[in-house]
Amino acid sequence: MSTAGALAPTGEAAQTGDGASRFALWLLACGAITLVLTFASLIVGTSSIRNSIDWLLSPEAQSNTVLWHIRLPRAIGSWLAGALLGVGGAIAQGLFRNPLAEPYLLGSASGAALGVTVSLIAADTSLTALAWTGELGVTGAAFLGAGAGIALTVTLSRGVLQTASLLLAGIVVAYLLSAITSLLLLSSPDTWRAMQAFMLGSTAFLSWRSALILGVALLVCAVPTILLARGLDALTLGEETAESLGISLPALRLALLTILSLATATAVGQVGLVGFVGLVAPHLVRESILVNQRQLLVGAALCGGVLLQAADLVSRWAIRPAELPVGIVTACLGGSYLVFLLWRRARSA
Amino acid sequence: MIRRGLTILLILLLSGACARRAVADEPIVLRDAAQHELRLPQRPERIITLLPSLTETVCALGQCGRLVATDRYSNWPDSVNRLPKVGGLEDAQIELIVSLKPDVVILAHATRVTQRLRELDVPTFDVETRTYAEIYRSVAAIGRLLEVPDRAATLNRDIERTIDAIAAKARQSLRSRTPLVYFEVDNGPYGAGPESFIGEMLSRLGAHNILTPELGPFPKLNPEYVVRHNPDVIFISPKEAPNLGNRPGWDQIRAVREARICSFSPEVRDTIVRPGPRVAEGFKAVADCLARVAP
Repeated sequence: MSTAGALAPTGEAAQTGDGASRFALWLLACGAITLVLTFASLIVGTSSIRNSIDWLLSPEAQSNTVLWHIRLPRAIGSWLAGALLGVGGAIAQGLFRNPLAEPYLLGSASGAALGVTVSLIAADTSLTALAWTGELGVTGAAFLGAGAGIALTVTLSRGVLQTASLLLAGIVVAYLLSAITSLLLLSSPDTWRAMQAFMLGSTAFLSWRSALILGVALLVCAVPTILLARGLDALTLGEETAESLGISLPALRLALLTILSLATATAVGQVGLVGFVGLVAPHLVRESILVNQRQLLVGAALCGGVLLQAADLVSRWAIRPAELPVGIVTACLGGSYLVFLLWRRARSA
Repeated sequence: MIRRGLTILLILLLSGACARRAVADEPIVLRDAAQHELRLPQRPERIITLLPSLTETVCALGQCGRLVATDRYSNWPDSVNRLPKVGGLEDAQIELIVSLKPDVVILAHATRVTQRLRELDVPTFDVETRTYAEIYRSVAAIGRLLEVPDRAATLNRDIERTIDAIAAKARQSLRSRTPLVYFEVDNGPYGAGPESFIGEMLSRLGAHNILTPELGPFPKLNPEYVVRHNPDVIFISPKEAPNLGNRPGWDQIRAVREARICSFSPEVRDTIVRPGPRVAEGFKAVADCLARVAP
């Protein structure tokens, strides 16, 4: 793909046998990176690396807890949350045919954050250590919030037909919902403190349970999206063309928006507002390989997973045994990558 | 005789009046914690405080009646709840403060608010209260500012004496044991390091903080750190306490396994986390809980 097109939405796919095998190779590479990062996640923590390797070789009760109940679920949970954001990003960019679209658009993230805030204030509890029901409750509240945010956006823009007014309404709704969240938090200082970690993004308390919730959500989101990828492919050729190909745009949009809000809400409910992953993941895929929408969705999931997993690793390694909020790391990594893309585009222009 | 007596009385009265005038005329010149020189033409009677610990200090010196407003978080003693609230330290309502015509605004280091108030010719007095030493210094400084230095000295002596007694008793009851403790200030998780005000309290009570000084006063920790250091006692908010076992791996921590948890009601928590005149009360609450749950 030309560098000038790096920020543009996916072009037509390379459907030759050569393209498919290259994609398979690319997937393999992503899988290998994931494995390496997962292994690194096992040995990077508050102990020295040598110490961690000793633990792997000669396990004891405490090291087992640290390795298999803290580090591994954290690594896997981060990957899954990143994958959800990646899928969300690919959906958003395909749906709006805009390279700057991301899963947090349309008020979904601010709606999810509002949902989480309301549920925490109502239950008078905090995010870090919820029981099963609490965790599902927060995810549910995030989903309701994200859905409400998107519904409000769609209502404001009078349907999903006009992409530009949809995006504009999304921005308005996002600001509005964030303002309501801030207002609620101001009147409840205790929850404000609890939400600070959430606003900066946090992978610190991901457990096997979180990983399970994220994994189920990823399956529920990815499978139907891949089935709908043909529609997205048609959409890249323009709305009229897509309709002339017999695709019902309103139905497609409704389905994809629902999936988008589920993906965003689950990720936000578990790791807070982690920025840039959903925006950057699809770009990374397009930048490295020529793909169609189905491949882009799979690729963006893998890339998002790898990105957040790497960011989690950096967050716990950089100033160990203290920790950086993971949202700051993703913003630095993702932001510098986007700057790099822009710089390259400016140079080649 | 009567006339002479009257004359003497008159002279006494006059001299008394002169003496008072002389004191009142003498401007108060003080240097605050930011090394900023403060000149007040007379004894400050209208005072605004922008931190709960400062409000409490003014009141503990018996000068509550001179307060005309406080920040929104000040809630002790009860009488301050009836005063106007002028926002917080970082988002103080400048217009409201100016309209209340304070003689001085007592605050902690807050560049924007201080600067804006000074530009508007509102005198400010900067006080730092982050460590125990600073509490004593700030009580003394506020005592000088309010012209009640003796009361300040007495208050400081009382605080110091109470704390020393509690610390001695706590160390005695713990004897050779030094429980490993983790004090969570926030659920990031942010812990209280040894150099923080709370950390200082813990070490004076004979407990061993699992955080090390190089982590800083309130570091955001990798939760794994707490699991690895396996504290005997955890101090945590009552909201978080019941769910500690749900955090990954935390059910293995001795404090969680054996339910050696200290949490405090918001009222008690205020005395623990506010570096003000009630610090001895907070000290006692922590010492009592430690004595109760430490292994």
